[in-house]
Amino acid sequence: MNAYIAYLAKRLVQFVVVVFIGVNLAFVITHASPIDPVEQSISAVTSFGSTSPDAIAAMRASLQELYGLKGTPSEQYVTFWSRVLRGDFGPSLSAFPTPVSALIARALPWTAGLLIVSTLITWVLGNLLGGLAGYYQRNRTLKLMGVVAMGVHPIPYYIVALLLLIIFGFLWPVLPITGGSAMNLQQGWNWPFVSSVARHSILPALSLILIGLGSWFLGMRSLVSNIVTEDYVVYAETAGLDSRRVLGSYVMRNALAPQVTGLAMSLGGIFNGAVITEKVFGYPGVGTLLVDAVYAGDYGLVLGVTTVSIIAVSIGVLIIDLLYPLIDPRVELR
Amino acid sequence: MLTILRDLLRYNIEFRIGLVLVSVVLVMAALSFAAPYPPGDVYLVPPDLPPSSVHWLGTTSRGQDVFWHLTFAIRNTLSFGIMVALLSRVIALVVGLLAGYSGGWIDRVLMSINDTFIIIPLFPILILFYFVLRDTMSTPLLATIMACLGWAYDARLIRSVALSLKTREFTQTSIFSGMKTHEILAREHLPYVMPIVFSTTMNNMNWSIGIEVTLAVLGFTDINTPTIGGMIYWANQHTALVAGIWWWIAFPVGLVVMTFVGLFLLAVSMNEYIDPRSRLARMGGSR
Repeated sequence: MNAYIAYLAKRLVQFVVVVFIGVNLAFVITHASPIDPVEQSISAVTSFGSTSPDAIAAMRASLQELYGLKGTPSEQYVTFWSRVLRGDFGPSLSAFPTPVSALIARALPWTAGLLIVSTLITWVLGNLLGGLAGYYQRNRTLKLMGVVAMGVHPIPYYIVALLLLIIFGFLWPVLPITGGSAMNLQQGWNWPFVSSVARHSILPALSLILIGLGSWFLGMRSLVSNIVTEDYVVYAETAGLDSRRVLGSYVMRNALAPQVTGLAMSLGGIFNGAVITEKVFGYPGVGTLLVDAVYAGDYGLVLGVTTVSIIAVSIGVLIIDLLYPLIDPRVELR
Repeated sequence: MLTILRDLLRYNIEFRIGLVLVSVVLVMAALSFAAPYPPGDVYLVPPDLPPSSVHWLGTTSRGQDVFWHLTFAIRNTLSFGIMVALLSRVIALVVGLLAGYSGGWIDRVLMSINDTFIIIPLFPILILFYFVLRDTMSTPLLATIMACLGWAYDARLIRSVALSLKTREFTQTSIFSGMKTHEILAREHLPYVMPIVFSTTMNNMNWSIGIEVTLAVLGFTDINTPTIGGMIYWANQHTALVAGIWWWIAFPVGLVVMTFVGLFLLAVSMNEYIDPRSRLARMGGSR
């Protein structure tokens, strides 16, 4: 039990370190900028129409505080952190006066849902097929799958998303290619809305799955093909154990542990795919929000999304790390 | 070195395919030096022509010859990838060797920074960089930023080798013969990690080119330097697909996919070569 607490403490420290370094990085980047974000944001807002001088002065003051440009650098740093800890990134400029936090809160469930479902499908499917391919090395279908995985795996997200868009948008238009759900539906737990969300998520999810599948497949295949030469597997086979049982209880189980670590480490990378996939398919998630915020010059929103995504990914990694001892009882005692 | 190449060519089909693909891409990039048009100019040829014997891959709506423009684009994209890979290799080597050799608190501090860089979502951070540096963003600057962000995973791999080298006898001998830490790392340990460095270079190039394409497609890079992503960006700006000018998008996409698959296959076959067990199997051992 003590060992588990030590493991838990270590992971929590790791979590805090990641969030700390990540948020500091955001602070440093924004403060190293040669551009004055306050004046830029104000000119972005005032260009849409006339605003009273009082309102501009108030906005300048609140923007200076928001971007942490008020006071000495150390004061700026403290203000920045207290804002982050309260989840308060001020009002969005492109959707004034909606707070940045409200925009992110609206987009986050879409991204989280898409990412969690497609990541789980990818991981389970990739490891299952990869495990089979590593164990039954003479099977032709599985060999072919390996070749396809090698070919597809290194292609960037944008290209796959684009290909899907061309296939299902122009050549064979059976699926919706843009948006998160049909516009005319009431959001909530009712069948028309849920099914519409599901249908709209097929293509974005498919592009994420197609790209992710290959690396899990190849990783698991090489892990398993190393394990099958271990003495205990050879012994189990010579002892006449059912090959399905050998694969399930001896080979797969032992190969799974590094793949779980891999899952935690790949979470940050998944976000790359999510941003471009969401943008290509017009999915109403955090990625679309981020890209549109850059186009609109919305400083607070860009900073907010970056910070929230760092924290969200760190939480994901923490959860996987905490589940890790359940899968591999050997590891947590170190 | 030559025997390694010969073995790889003889026993490894992935290496052969990868080599062919990468060679085609390199030839394309080299052709840019013979291009009849300057890379930045527009409206040099009639726009929107489909592939023909005059313009092999057609022309763009901006009046550029797709073939010759593509040679510049792939050259810039490749040199971007190489820049990032070389710079980040230096960081990964220093951090990996130092952490593995020193151990103790140096190792712990370096590795917690390292783990952070592995986990953190880099894409939003790169977008944040672009956002604050918009007007000054250039290809070398982006390459430097990406190199500073993309070394972590490979540093871990190098560290794992360095850890095992540390306990070997020759390390003790070098210490007793009075070599300094940096001398031991550079002269004794570096040669052992070079195979890993080579194979991670390919993967790192793939990673950086992939992110550059993605950023460029969104318009978040210096879009006036022709790159593969930049070409797709301009094609999207002119709604090339809707207008039926498919060759403007299809050829850059095809070429970048060739680059990715080629580099990936080279990296995979080298990795396999480094691992003696799979090399034996490949050369006709049991299993």
